[in-house]
Amino acid sequence: MTDHPQNTPPQSPDEEQVPTAKAVPKRRLPSLIWLIPIVAALAGGWIAVHAYLQRGPTITITFETADGIEAGKTKIKYKDVDIGSVTGVVLTDDRQHIKVTAQLAHATDDLLGDKTRFWVVRPRISGGSVSGLGTLLSGAYIGIDPTRQASSKRDFTGLEQAPIVTTRQAGREFVLHAQDMGSIDVGAPLFFRRVQVGEVSAYKLDKDGKGITMKAFVHAPYDQYVTTNTRFWHASGVDVTLDANGLKIDTQSLASIAIGGIAFQAPPGQDMAEAAPADTQFTLASDRITAMTEADRERAPFVLYFRESLRGLSIGAPVDFRGINIGEVKAINFEFSKEEHSLLMPVTIDLYPERLRGRLKGGDEVVKTDTMRIKILNTMVEHGLRAQLRTGNLITGQLYVALDFVPTAAKASIDWKQFPPSLPTINGSLTQLQDTALSIAKKLDSLPIEAMGDHADEALRNLNVVLDNSNALINRLKNEVAPEAQNTLKQAQEAINQAKQTLSPDAPVQQNMNDTLQEVAKAAQAFRDLSDYLSRHPDALLRGQKEDAK
Amino acid sequence: MKPHPASAAAQGLLNCHSCGLLSKNVPNASDRCPRCGTHLHMRKPNSLTRTWALLIAAFILYIPANLLPVMHTASIIYEEDDTIMSGVIYLWTSGSWPLAILVFCASVTVPLAKLIALTILAITAQRKSTWRQQERTKLYRMVEFVGRWSMLDIFVVALMVGLVHFQSLATISAGPGALAFASVVVITMFAAMSFDPRLIWDPEPKDDD
Repeated sequence: MTDHPQNTPPQSPDEEQVPTAKAVPKRRLPSLIWLIPIVAALAGGWIAVHAYLQRGPTITITFETADGIEAGKTKIKYKDVDIGSVTGVVLTDDRQHIKVTAQLAHATDDLLGDKTRFWVVRPRISGGSVSGLGTLLSGAYIGIDPTRQASSKRDFTGLEQAPIVTTRQAGREFVLHAQDMGSIDVGAPLFFRRVQVGEVSAYKLDKDGKGITMKAFVHAPYDQYVTTNTRFWHASGVDVTLDANGLKIDTQSLASIAIGGIAFQAPPGQDMAEAAPADTQFTLASDRITAMTEADRERAPFVLYFRESLRGLSIGAPVDFRGINIGEVKAINFEFSKEEHSLLMPVTIDLYPERLRGRLKGGDEVVKTDTMRIKILNTMVEHGLRAQLRTGNLITGQLYVALDFVPTAAKASIDWKQFPPSLPTINGSLTQLQDTALSIAKKLDSLPIEAMGDHADEALRNLNVVLDNSNALINRLKNEVAPEAQNTLKQAQEAINQAKQTLSPDAPVQQNMNDTLQEVAKAAQAFRDLSDYLSRHPDALLRGQKEDAK
Repeated sequence: MKPHPASAAAQGLLNCHSCGLLSKNVPNASDRCPRCGTHLHMRKPNSLTRTWALLIAAFILYIPANLLPVMHTASIIYEEDDTIMSGVIYLWTSGSWPLAILVFCASVTVPLAKLIALTILAITAQRKSTWRQQERTKLYRMVEFVGRWSMLDIFVVALMVGLVHFQSLATISAGPGALAFASVVVITMFAAMSFDPRLIWDPEPKDDD
């Protein structure tokens, strides 16, 4: 403004009129304006340093699919707290998976380790529970199960399903071996005295395909109830038992009927053993009764040589000692004995000594050593302990192996040198029955049935003659006697008819008879009068009747 | 081409801003108006220094202004931090191209253009360049004019924060980027103010002489 070009000549205005500015000594201070960029630099620097310091680790996670994952939007949450977000989603080089790059928050390094697991949280319905409903609105997020031991691992493989049990949950995990899955799935509940105390966390088919190995997680503080002698069984569905007390229906919970479940408990009557360490292996029985009877950690195999048909004996058939199930049939074979030149049927059985031990007085101490056990068994065999096949079910013909004392049995002993040792056997009850039937048949066979037949034949012939005679007699009777009899009967009929006419009430004879009888009655009356008079006047007989003096 | 223009500075004269009194300059001293005592100066004091300082501050703050989120949206469904660029990208991808371009121009290009323009002015003034003096003056006027319109984003954020406040349902709050952005705009305006456009024309006589 003041310096815009002027056309005035370049001379100063009137020097006299222009006052001189008041001079104040100059302050030589550094300009305060520089504080502004310094403050800005400090602020910017602080923001940068803060951002750098607050920057957490960058990780990559591989997933099967990027369903619901969005770069810049999807969060990584731990206990529902945002600890990071997805910064990029790309396909892997082999185009089989997707790789998610995520930036985690500051100080999350200790969450990352070899065992850290990531999964995408989506709405999920399983195990009788519904989870991740919030993600219906907010979209999926990535869940994290942090590790206890941090490591420098930064590349992870994500799980396709949320883990049932996270590392930081207190409790212990146990391994269960089962024949089949039943209706159990991951997340199926675990019951202890009908209290839900855990879940099935994983399962996999055994490599040989002969069973299922499951992992079951029991939450603290219930994990202390899993002891070394605990039994596990399938609690799926309804257990119906019919016993002396009537029909009993048993189930763990309504949910377990639908989704299955596992129950565990120590066998009743046994003391609480010490708590089982994590990853202890247990067998999962099919039901409670099996679980409670089964204590087959200790097996004593024996072989039984039978000389009879094994039809009806199946693998798994019980070995019974006076009603107590103490073992089961493991294998049925076929063997040719050179010495005896005969076929033998070796049946391998497993005896579970533990089942007998509890019932033996001071059991544990006595049967602990092998030599003691051998001694006891030898004594028992000496007293007649024999194995025998018995019919368990008359309808189906199922057999079981019974061990019992048969005092009449021939002497035998156990050969402990061979393995498995063989227990002496006797023929089964069915075989004995067959023997008896056979002997009866033999006796029947020896009877003179043919001669008896001849005699009978003759007798029959005689009888025939007799019958013929009687037949002729009857014919004669029919032809000769019958017509005469008929005539006689006719005449008799006539006679009867005549008699009837004579005796009818309107017949003349009858009339006359009546009149006569009336006359007789009158005569009798007169006679009575006379006799009366005479009794009162006997003299009248002499003097005649007196006139009445009235 | 033109005759040498006479300027107050060349004559050693000062004009008081407050009372308009013309007075003679006393060299090597801080002058005061002999009538009202106002600080007198030939050119805006330390004009270039101040411009430079403010420019540097603005440049520094321009980085967080663009990197940090300016708006934090939280609703029951999701939480989101938006930077200026993410907003522009969102607008662009959602099809609102004109709006995206507008926001991009107003929030990214214009502040940067202002900063660059002021830098050019400061550099040329420092080097006492006589290069395109008229255009440079025009540029300065534009920078000063545009300055007050650069606060658009801040106004939007301030409005949103005030309007969308449904507590648990949805909340919008200003992010740290908004502060940086506002600072950039304000500091740029101050930088433009502290620059003395007369400096553009000062070197002329020297060149001509």
